[in-house]
Formats: sequence, C-alpha cells, structure tokens
Amino acid sequence: MTKPRVTVKDLQIGATTDSGRDVEIIKGVSFDIAPGEIIALIGESGSGKTTIALSLMGHTRTGCQIRGGQITLGDHEITGLTERQRAALRGTKVAYVPQSAAAAFNPSKRIMDQVIEITAIHTLMSRDAAEKKAVELFRALALPDPDDIGARYPHQVSGGQLQRLSAAMALIGDPELVIFDEPTTALDVTTQIEVLRAFKSVMQQSGISGVYVSHDLAVVAQVADRILVLKGGEVQEEGTTEQILEAPTHPYTRELLAAFDPVKHEAKPADPSRHDQTPILEVSHLHAGYGDIVKGEPTVKILKDINFKLPRGRNLGVIGESGSGKSTLARAIAGILPPYQGDVLVDGHEMRPGLKARSKEELRRAQIVFQLADTALNPSHSIGAILGRPLGFYHGLKGRAREKRVIELLDMVHLPANIRHRLPGELSGGQKQRVNFARALAAEPELILCDEITSALDTVVAAAIIDLLKELQSELDLSYMFISHDLSTVEAICDEVLVMYKGEVVEALPAAEMSARAEHPYSRLLISSIPQLDTGWLASLERDPKLVEQFAMR
Amino acid sequence: MRQALKPWFLVLQRLGIAFLTLIIVSFAVFFATELLPGDVAEVLLGQAATPEAVAALRESMGLDEPALSRFLGWLVGLAGGDLGTSYVNRMSVAELIGGRLGNSLQLAGIVTLVSVPVALTLGIGAAMWRGSRFDRAVSVLTISVISVPEFMVATLAVLIFAVWLDWLPALSFGVNADGFWAMLRAYAMPVITLSFVVSAQMIRMTRAAVIETINTPYVEMALLKGASRSRMVLRHALPNALGPIANAVALSLSYLVGGVIIVETIFNYPGVAKLMVDAVSTRDLPLIQSCAMIFCVSYLSLITLADMVAILSNPRLR
Repeated sequence: MTKPRVTVKDLQIGATTDSGRDVEIIKGVSFDIAPGEIIALIGESGSGKTTIALSLMGHTRTGCQIRGGQITLGDHEITGLTERQRAALRGTKVAYVPQSAAAAFNPSKRIMDQVIEITAIHTLMSRDAAEKKAVELFRALALPDPDDIGARYPHQVSGGQLQRLSAAMALIGDPELVIFDEPTTALDVTTQIEVLRAFKSVMQQSGISGVYVSHDLAVVAQVADRILVLKGGEVQEEGTTEQILEAPTHPYTRELLAAFDPVKHEAKPADPSRHDQTPILEVSHLHAGYGDIVKGEPTVKILKDINFKLPRGRNLGVIGESGSGKSTLARAIAGILPPYQGDVLVDGHEMRPGLKARSKEELRRAQIVFQLADTALNPSHSIGAILGRPLGFYHGLKGRAREKRVIELLDMVHLPANIRHRLPGELSGGQKQRVNFARALAAEPELILCDEITSALDTVVAAAIIDLLKELQSELDLSYMFISHDLSTVEAICDEVLVMYKGEVVEALPAAEMSARAEHPYSRLLISSIPQLDTGWLASLERDPKLVEQFAMR
Repeated sequence: MRQALKPWFLVLQRLGIAFLTLIIVSFAVFFATELLPGDVAEVLLGQAATPEAVAALRESMGLDEPALSRFLGWLVGLAGGDLGTSYVNRMSVAELIGGRLGNSLQLAGIVTLVSVPVALTLGIGAAMWRGSRFDRAVSVLTISVISVPEFMVATLAVLIFAVWLDWLPALSFGVNADGFWAMLRAYAMPVITLSFVVSAQMIRMTRAAVIETINTPYVEMALLKGASRSRMVLRHALPNALGPIANAVALSLSYLVGGVIIVETIFNYPGVAKLMVDAVSTRDLPLIQSCAMIFCVSYLSLITLADMVAILSNPRLR
C-alpha cells in the first residue's frame, strides 16, 4: 500500500467554555487518506466533523485547542508546527471550500482578487499567470462567462456559482488536500447537482485528496470513496461508501440510514360520520407581494393567482426552491403579509387580509410555526412564559390553570414538565422546535402552517418531530400545511403536494406518487434532483439540458 | 448606466435630508433662544432703566414684532449670508464670529490631524491583537480617559506641564506666538487635552467595528488561505468596517466644534465656543443663534460626510 497522504492519529481537541469549564470535543480520532481519495466525515451537528476538518489545516476556532495526537500531511507534521509555518501550508498544501460561499467571499472585493489571493500570499506566480489559471478553473467548473465573471462582486453572482467559485479559489494553489465543509448544504437541490458534478470532475482529473464534511448521506454517497461516521467526537464506524450504505454494522449508522428512508404517510380514510365537507383551508386567486403599494398593487409581486383546497384532517405539502414563494404563501395565509387580491377561507369563513383586522377567534384557528426556533423564541423568556402568553391571550387562562395547561402542552410534545423553568438557550435544537410547536398548539388551532420546521434539524431529530406531528394530528384533529424544500419529509407527512415555482403553483400532486405522476417539467426536474442513497445516482442521472437551462441555471 | 448612478442618487438624497434637517434645526434654535429668560433691553439699560426707556429700546431694535416674522427675516438673512447685528455692541455678527471661527477651526484642524491617525492606528492595532497586553493597555487607557471629565484633564495638564514642570505656557492666547516652536508650545496643551477626549471614543468604536468584521466567515476564509494577521485585518476586515469607523470619527470630531467650551475657557483660547458663552451672559440673541447654527452646520456636514463615505465604500450600492 502506498504511503497515505494524510495521517491522523488519536486526535484530541478540547475547548474551554466561557464559564471556565473544560469540554472534550474530539476524543481520539484516527484515520488515513490515500492520495486521490475522497473521505467523507458524516454526522449530526455537534459531532465534531467540522472541527476535525479544520484541524487538518492546523486551525481551531476560538476557544478550542488541539490537545493531543498527531496530524501529518505529506512530510509535514501539522501538530508540531508554529502558526507561521501552518499559514505557509494553507492554500498551497491544503485548501478549504466553505459551507456558505456567500458568507466566505468578502463583499467589498472583486471575485478575481479573492480567487487568486492565495497565489499572492504565497508568491506562487505572477498576477497574469494566476488570472489565466483562474479562468481555466472557472471553465473546468462549468461557470458561465468564465472570462469576465472574475470582474464581478460576490453579490452579483448566484449562490451556486459562488460555491463553484470558492472551489476555484481552493484549487488555484494546487493543493494536495481539499476540505469541503458542507459545500452544497445551502444550495437548492436543482443547483446542487451542477455543483456536485463540477466538484467531482475536477477532483477526479487532478488526483487531489479530499475531505468532504456533510450531514447528508445521499450527497456523500455520490462523491466519497470512504465514509467516517462520527458522533460526539468519536468515530462510530468507518468503511467504504458501499459498505456503509449496504451493510452498516453500527446501530447509529443504521439509525442515520433509517431516517433517510421515511415511512410513507398513509392518508386517513375519509371519515363517513363527518358531514361537513367544507375544507379547513381554501385559497382562491391569492396574490401577494412586497414593497410600496402603487394603484392597489405592491411593486414586488411574489404570489400570483394561487388556488387550492385543504380538506379537514388532511395535510398539504408545499415544495419548491428558495425564492419560489413558499414562505410568502404561509405568511399571506396567516395575515402577516396581507394579500392584495384573492380570498383565504378557513373552514368556509372568509378571513380578512391583515392580521390587525382579524378577530381573536380567527387568529386562534390558524397558527404558524416558523423555521428557526432559535429566533422565534424570545431568548430571555422562560419556556413557561413563552407557552403561557398565548394561553392568556386566547383563553384568558391565569395562575394555576395556566401552569397546568403549560405542563399538558409540554407533555403533548414529549418534554418534561420541569423544562418550563428554563430558557430557550438551555435547550437542544430539537427541544426548541418542540416548544415552538407547542406554542402553536396552545391556541388550540385547527390548522397549523409549518414553515420549514424540520429544515434546520439533524435527520434523526427531524424524523422524531415528524412522528410527533403525525401523532398529534390523530389526537387533536389538526390539519397541516407543511412547507419544505425536502421532498422526503413532505412524502412522510403529506397527502397532497403543491409544487411552486416563481410564485406560482405549477402542479398539484398526490404525495405518495409524486415522481410517477409529475407532468410539469419543473416538478420533474425538482423531483429527479433529490439525491438518492445510491453511489451511482449522480453519474447515471440524465437531465434534459434545456430543462436545466430553463429552470436551474442560477 | 442606471446602476452606476445609484450611489450618487443616494448621496444626493442624503444631502437633501441634511438640508431639511438644517431648516428644522434653525427653527428650533430660534425659538429655543426666544425662551431664554431675561430681556436684552433690560440688560443693556441696567437696573435703573424706566419701563418707557426699555419699551422704546425694544421698539427701535425691532423686538416688538411677532416672533414668526422675526424668524423668517432671520432665515432670509442667513440664506443671503447676513448673520444680523449684535444687540450689545452693534457690530456685525459675521465680523464678530469671523476671527473666532478661524481660531476654532485651526484648533479643531490640528486636533483632527493629531488624533485621527493615532486613534485609528491604536483601534485597529487593538483589534488585530485582541486580548494581548497591548489591547488591554489601550482599553484601560481609553476607559479611564472617557471616565475623566475634560476639565480634569485640562486642569491636571496645566498643573503638571505649566506649574510644576514649567515646560509650556498655561494660556494659549496672548503669549508670544512667533515662530514655529513658540506656536507649537502655545497649541500643545489644548491640542493634547482635546485629542485625549476625542480619541478615546474613536479608538473604542474603531476596535469594535474591526472586531465585528474579523469574526465574519470571509476573514476566517482569508486565514485558511494562509493570510497573515495583518493581511486579514487590513485587506479583508478594514474595508468592510469603513462605514462604522467613518461614523465614529465624525461623531467624535463634531464634538470639537461645539463641545470645546470648557477647554477654550480654561486655556483662554479665543474660539467660537467662548464667544457663545459670552453672548449668553449678555442675552445677545443674534450672536447666540449664529453660533448655534455654526455648530449645527459643522455637525451635520461631518455626519453627512461619514454617511457618504459609508455609501461609497459599499460595493453593493455601487
């Protein structure tokens, strides 16, 4: 066997918290990377995958220190170098592709200057030669207009393009190892494919080793040769990609895989005892937008002529990529963004467009749950106070009755009663999302608008939230409108799905047969872009270039 | 083409807002001074004045006209460059202020030249080596300067440099200011005192603005490209911190024109602020109003200038 390009032996990284407590983040991790090999670090948030990846560059984030072990890259033992020596390796021997290129590009400098900066820092070549090389890389990464794209500022190109530009930035110094830190997580699925393909072909041609950090097994399956499954700073399982996907041995790996393969939602049979056939939510010819109102219409129109019905006890999924108007639809129905045309009927009752015009009873019936529990929960209020407020507002509950109801609500979302004395910051991401959901339940609504409520959660935690939603639905006779960009989540909970594109509903499909029944070219493109747990999926995926150009070139 | 004009449109808009603010301020200044207790006619004629004499004087000075018409007249005069006539010594206000304003601007200019480079260097340096001894020393120094009122600094400076050490003259005006060295000595103490006061805030704000941008992913990205610390801060963080820094500098400097009363008084420096204090004691309304307007104008132009720097340094608006 050839000498590995990277060796990590018993790596230990610790951190000192603000209160002076010592925390072990990485607890003795060892692995090798062969020349030309791409290894994936997979795990949920907090598993230490990014920390390990950054330590390969000799960098730890503020407060963390490498406390033990050895990292060797080629002939350099990174753990034994001074900061100055490490800086000399960064960009030339080991390079980094960030999670969010949009944040990692300096907004005040032109793209070209940033892409070739590595050659200037390490005086690798003349500016002309560097620019020429950058243009070649742009071409190899299938970027549009490779000769001139460098003259633009970061805000003038799209997210998918920026992500590929950041790969060019990493490759300009001919590194031996490239670290990809969740490089496609922030992208839409239709864009993700182009970026993944570009990464893969460049890496294959150059024979560079890679570390691919991700929480998404399906994405990793397309690019990695080997997978390291991490949890709590320890390696749970290591093996080739095929091994991990087809014959996982560790229970945690199996759990990850299981979360990926959701139990399909079974539509409840229509209740014959029910005579009211009025849909719980009916939206007709809805138009909404932002900006100054000119002649009764806002300057930026987002939603155009939306029509649908949601029968009581059923769930409606809304899918589409960022900017398609999914969240705007939820906000327009909830009245946060008053629609300027069209009607919203809840249980046959017409809702006034603005929030302020609606009565308490109207407000109570339809509740909205936001994506980020972190920002939706007031960080300085206790959980009890957060849940108590809607109880007082809608039901006039006070004192002991209110407290009793808070405990009931916490029990409904499977949280212990004593959590009501804590602050949101003391809870985990999944717990916060449960509280966020319990707050909507406090109003005793009939319809809940869920805006990407599982998108910021790890797969295992998200699957548990979906189970909770289903359970509460059968207990409380709820109907959900479930907005997500993740099709497997939507499949797991919805009966019917609306596909949105640029503020319009392009197609309505039954959730169970989305891929079979989709007819509109955009829905087909979107559905076919969802990565599958199959190592050959990306290579075998054929996409109509016209379709891609029409809908995904952004 | 439209895109290229956008920042200039924003700058024009900003200038428009500044002009509007000025009109509103002039209104406030005029009527606030109207509210001052006491009456110039009574002050001029002294305690023995008969009511008839006071009334006659008021009429001859035009004080019996309604306030609004006097305001409009004053505003028209201002627009035409006529600042009015002093009630007290019948001299043109423009003439009274002219020399004093030159003195004040000279002092402010020297303080700016000294304090801005020093403050920016210290602030950026403190941010660059955050947590180091240098950073902590700068922090302690700036906090203590902010906490000590400037009359303390000024009095201590006089005590140490003029009385004990006898290096510098205690008064800046009236001493022989011929030659470069003598002028340097004359200006040293007011300049040092004022620089202390205005730099402290600038250092703190600059440090905070730079640290804020150092914590962004693109600066971490620069680190991961192998950039040195100074490159990270000077090339990546600083250009994005220009807007807030320009604002901090403008706020601190605006203090120089209006807020130097104490320093001018202690060092007996003949600036506008001292003139205004004298005008208040004699109820010389045209003079007070003109001084107040000068302070407002300088404050507004500094702030507007800082906003324009922020607009033009942001490529997203370009």
